[in-house]
Amino acid sequence: MTQINVRVDGASYQDDVEPRTLLVHYLREQLGKVGTVVGCDTSNCGACTVHLDGHAVKSCTVLAVQADGCQVTTIEGVATGEGPTATLHPVQRAFHEMHGLQCGFCTPGMIMASIDLLEENPDPSDEEVREGIEGNLCRCTGYQNIVRAVRQAAAEMSGTAADDPKAEPAAVDTAAAEHVAVQA
Amino acid sequence: MIPAPFAYARPTTVEEALQAIADGGEDVKVLAGGQSLIPVMRLRLAAPETVVDLTRVEGLRGVREEGDQLVVGAMTTHADVLTDPLLARYGQLVVQATETVADRQVRRRGTFGGALAHADPAGDLPAVALALDAEFVIAGSGGRRTVAAADFFVDYLTTVLEEGELLVEIRLPKLGEDWGVRYEKFNRVAQAWSIVAVAAAVRREGGRIAEARIGLTNMGPTPLRASATEAALVGVDVSMETVTAAAAQAAEGTSPSNDLNAQADYRQHLAQVLTRRAVAAAAGL
Amino acid sequence: MTAVEDPAAPVDAPAKEVGQARRRKEDARLITGRTTWTDNMVLPGMLHLAVLRSPVAHGRITHLDVSAAKERGGVVAVYTGRDLAEEQGSLPCAWPVTPDMVNPGHPSIAVDQVNHVGEAVAIVVARSRTAAADALEAIDVDYEPLPVVLDMEQAVQDGSPLVHDSTSSNTSYHFVFDAGEAGTGADTDGAFADAEVTVSRRFVQQRLIPAFMEPRSVVVQPSGDSYTMWSATQIPHILRVMAAMVTGIPEHKLRVIAPDVGGGFGGKLQVNPEEILCLLIARRLGKPVKWTETRSESLMTAHHGRDQVQFIDIAADRDGTVRGLRVRLLADMGAYLRLITPGVPALGAFMFPGIYKFPAYRFECDGVFTNKVPTDAYRGAGRPEATFAIERIMDELAVELDMDPLELRRKNWIGAEEFPFTTVAGLEYDSGDYHQATEQALQLIGYDELRAEQRRRRESGDPVQLGIGFSTFTEMCGLAPSRVLGSLAFGAGGWEQASIRMLPTGKVEVVTGSTPHGQGHETAWSQIVADQLGVPFEDVEVLHGDTAISSRGLDTYGSRSLVVGGTAVVKAAEKVVQKARVIAAHLLEASEDDLEFTGGKFTVRGTPGAGVGIQEVALAIFAAHDYPEGIEPSIDAEATFDPENFSFPHGTHICAMEVDTETGFVKIRKYACVDDVGTIVNPLIVEGQVHGGLAQGIAQALYEEAIYDADGNLTTGSFVDYLVPAASDLPHFDTGNTVHAATSNPLGAKGVGEAGCIASTPAVVNAALDAVRHLGVSDIRMPLTPERVWRAVHQGGDGGDRAAAGSNAQGASAAEAAAASTDPSSNGSHL
Ligand SMILES: Cc1cc2nc3c(=O)[nH]c(=O)nc-3n(C[C@H](O)[C@H](O)[C@H](O)COP(=O)(O)OP(=O)(O)OC[C@H]3O[C@@H](n4cnc5c(N)ncnc54)[C@H](O)[C@@H]3O)c2cc1C
Ligand code: FES
Ligand code: FES
Repeated sequence: MTQINVRVDGASYQDDVEPRTLLVHYLREQLGKVGTVVGCDTSNCGACTVHLDGHAVKSCTVLAVQADGCQVTTIEGVATGEGPTATLHPVQRAFHEMHGLQCGFCTPGMIMASIDLLEENPDPSDEEVREGIEGNLCRCTGYQNIVRAVRQAAAEMSGTAADDPKAEPAAVDTAAAEHVAVQA
Repeated sequence: MIPAPFAYARPTTVEEALQAIADGGEDVKVLAGGQSLIPVMRLRLAAPETVVDLTRVEGLRGVREEGDQLVVGAMTTHADVLTDPLLARYGQLVVQATETVADRQVRRRGTFGGALAHADPAGDLPAVALALDAEFVIAGSGGRRTVAAADFFVDYLTTVLEEGELLVEIRLPKLGEDWGVRYEKFNRVAQAWSIVAVAAAVRREGGRIAEARIGLTNMGPTPLRASATEAALVGVDVSMETVTAAAAQAAEGTSPSNDLNAQADYRQHLAQVLTRRAVAAAAGL
Repeated sequence: MTAVEDPAAPVDAPAKEVGQARRRKEDARLITGRTTWTDNMVLPGMLHLAVLRSPVAHGRITHLDVSAAKERGGVVAVYTGRDLAEEQGSLPCAWPVTPDMVNPGHPSIAVDQVNHVGEAVAIVVARSRTAAADALEAIDVDYEPLPVVLDMEQAVQDGSPLVHDSTSSNTSYHFVFDAGEAGTGADTDGAFADAEVTVSRRFVQQRLIPAFMEPRSVVVQPSGDSYTMWSATQIPHILRVMAAMVTGIPEHKLRVIAPDVGGGFGGKLQVNPEEILCLLIARRLGKPVKWTETRSESLMTAHHGRDQVQFIDIAADRDGTVRGLRVRLLADMGAYLRLITPGVPALGAFMFPGIYKFPAYRFECDGVFTNKVPTDAYRGAGRPEATFAIERIMDELAVELDMDPLELRRKNWIGAEEFPFTTVAGLEYDSGDYHQATEQALQLIGYDELRAEQRRRRESGDPVQLGIGFSTFTEMCGLAPSRVLGSLAFGAGGWEQASIRMLPTGKVEVVTGSTPHGQGHETAWSQIVADQLGVPFEDVEVLHGDTAISSRGLDTYGSRSLVVGGTAVVKAAEKVVQKARVIAAHLLEASEDDLEFTGGKFTVRGTPGAGVGIQEVALAIFAAHDYPEGIEPSIDAEATFDPENFSFPHGTHICAMEVDTETGFVKIRKYACVDDVGTIVNPLIVEGQVHGGLAQGIAQALYEEAIYDADGNLTTGSFVDYLVPAASDLPHFDTGNTVHAATSNPLGAKGVGEAGCIASTPAVVNAALDAVRHLGVSDIRMPLTPERVWRAVHQGGDGGDRAAAGSNAQGASAAEAAAASTDPSSNGSHL
């Protein structure tokens, strides 16, 4: 057992861990941070993505002992405030607005990777978003609405959302929605 | 899956690290970015007795200039490489290849030294290091030695690194303005490793090619140089015809594997096409 | 009729919910990480299971010693197949497609013999996940190898080694549908004998892995003689019945809960060996147990999909009029029959004729055993295979006739005025307009420009060629009319159940038997109920996925939820309104006949101002101080809906594909589709389903393939080798809809869950072929790896098999795998 001190989502923890404990297992099993999930064993899926000292990493490919002295942010720590009055992070909000999730299993990792991407590139093109989240697999959405969500969040974070045509709610720029407007 | 148990050491200096390796027992693994080692340990394809973590060893991370060389610390991460001003100026081939490695999360932790020490023939950086005739500085209990890239890669996943040794830095020639470079990677999906890739650096003098350096990724158990193509390019006029003719020799002396992604003959074909494309781009065509 | 279709809705009624792009109710917890995945569950005293899996594909267990594992720290028990043989029964197969189908039985854990790599051989129960995994290494097993059966075409030959020595051949069943015999069409052999043109092809539907993102996980908590099981399943209801039958635990003593479930795509439509094993072990130990698979285990042991060899013959006149279709399939069952393994190809049997007016049709299928993990439902289940075959052979026929592929389709498809149309397979297609969908799709993709560019590239001999491929598809959804299922010998019905509870405060609980795992039922059902009852969307809560709350249901698969489950909700709501009407009339002292119900309010015709809301009625009947004699004091209601027919979504998908002829690399340039899924309840959800389906269908065409090596090891045993596409590997999709309401349900919905997946695969392959057809290529095997495309272009043929020598199967012992990974010739995998 090795003792570690970590700050996770704003709270400090001191724990004994086996060196072989993966950061994701420490988060889930010792801290109960089950919002972060495990989807693979070869570092491919990105479902476990968290921020370690401010940057996105795959928490299944970091040992808990390596996070000693570090700050970890998980999906549970990106909104500001707590409980029903919490304010969602713009990326969280955009995933909801743009229907960027279905089963939601990939979503925590997607959101954490997207936030990291936007910090580096605040106004990515579709293609840059697609490349920026290439380390995260989603089996449900076909990614299009995730791309839309990330761009919507980018627009919102840079304050251009209101007059940005890309930022229209998803329903408006789909053929499906046009049809439904007629149907209603 | 969870790795098998191991003892963990976190040295802060190279000396401590060497000592930790020496004390670590039979099977000691050095942990750099862990982006190859940890998955392998999770699958229990490796179960070292001791893991010596280099992430807190001082002085192994970062890029500096020494005369006409760039010195890249082994623990410089892929993400560092992509934002380093010296590499941006003199090491574009490394930057281009690093951009194609894995994904942003993996690049955040994976290291230049780790990727070279791992020596996966499908890895993107070994061929670049070989094409650039990089020098590998290795620390051991008896001091430091420097090994040329041509001697560093020994076999599949095997380098000249002995047990108890550490790769500490990699010295690269600065490529000036007269050099053009291109890393041409061929793979099936975004985060996949190269089926074949070609690293090309071309120095032009007027309308001619003065010097060409071409590294091949995944064309054998180690990275290779396309020596016949390099030789054929020296002194020729820069034109699609000359480049195409020279690239036709790119697969000479290669022995690529047959696997899920490609069989050997196809890889050899790809090497020619990608060499043509890489050299043409590097030569400004 | 629902309000949606009522053009005369009063102007002052609140905006209809159905049709609105409501943001999903489900999202709040999913985007904040406050989820309830099964693996999140921790119970006091919970023990963890780890499964030792066979590294050999076919062998007898000659020696199995678990004593050392029992001595490991933290280990509570170790079980082998022998220990559980008496009580484990056989995993159920609910679909004996023919009366004489051979089902060798399916143990949850191998007893004497293993029949595929990954089959369970021993189970460690320990106090932690880690201790359980560690102890696996201390188990000693020897196998006496048996000949491995992998190739279906060889497996059906006389003298082939057998997968099961209790059977006389590797053929499980021979299923035939002959339109001539069924009276739904003419004699097929006759049609071929007289035909001016015939085209025959052999297509390969490669094996796929559903690869839902959430690995499977099971928790069982015993409590006295009762058991609660949480499982990452699509089918808690079916699982409960089946698990009760298999284990002998009385059904009423077993509660099954599907909490948040991270995708399924058919892959979690199963009664898994590990679910049964968890129950058996929890029963033995009287302790809660958990099993969560690793991704490697998932890819290796969760059921696979597709895997057919298709022999397709088509007959036509010179002018393109189709005359007959003949289909012979070999369908790989894998080593065992799981829940609907044999039924998947049989479900496809009725879809091969597609949207075309074939006068004659014959279908034959052999279900074949091999030493691989069983196949079963994967998104589309039988219909993608059928759609692929018909849409590919139509292109081949067009080439043979030197006709435009679209013109050939137009000539033969069912006209909009011909609905309802009974096909040669005996199905009655409900509604649609294939012409309209096609015209819209052509517009959406910019067809004429693409054709012009294609010509330019051809003429200039560009190394990058462009191709355009079509798929004008239909599928059958809304599984299913129970009587039809009965006639196909399916072991259950196809109805769905819903109930509505009107709470005293006016809030509404909707209980559905259709269990979601990402589809957004909570949102769509709320929209339906909001319209039906005239209550706010926010006032509706949808409950599901727990057999103690939703006691009757048949769960989510086959694009059935909205069509069947949504209709049950509508029917239940109608009953609520009916019951409330009686009470409202009493409260308003009016005759029921004089009451109008709009916008959630009962009003008295001709008496302005007099009215009572349905939410007020709920409170009044809760108090029950004042209600009519002779009725029960409740307006809650439930309904079970059994559809009379399937519904038939259709659409036109067009893919434009660039093929680099120098490297064989293919890249989708543009993708457009127009789908008709009937009435759209929520366009956002519909669009999302289409996108997701497209991604999976395109992935079949381009990326995914489960490959076994010569020893029966799964070479594609991790996401390093099994290529699930990432965002950068997929194109932008341009999607659109036409709407022709389904006629078999009052919502008019047809089902959308599988459409994208079913339609896209042939469009993509047809596009690639269109790009290189002039270079002499007439087929390329899926997935279209660059190597296959390059070989097909430069060496002829269909690109051939991929090298699969050696193995990286994660089930192999660490030593073996380590040895493999240092041998370059036997390893395609990198970490
Ligand atoms: C999903 C995924 C995709 C990837 N795709 C690519 C790709 O496309 N191209 C590519 O090139 N790479 C790829 N990689 C690998 C990535 O580049 C790794 O970071 C790299 O191969 C190993 O670097 P590391 O620092 O993580 O080393 P580690 O994983 O820590 O170590 C790797 C090996 O090198 C040894 N080692 C490390 N540092 C030293 C040292 N200083 N001295 C002596 N020995 C040392 C270790 O003991 C170990 O055996 C991918 C990885 C993942 C997880
Ligand atoms: S669980 Fe970490 S990348 Fe898949
Ligand atoms: S939403 Fe299900 S995996 Fe992405």
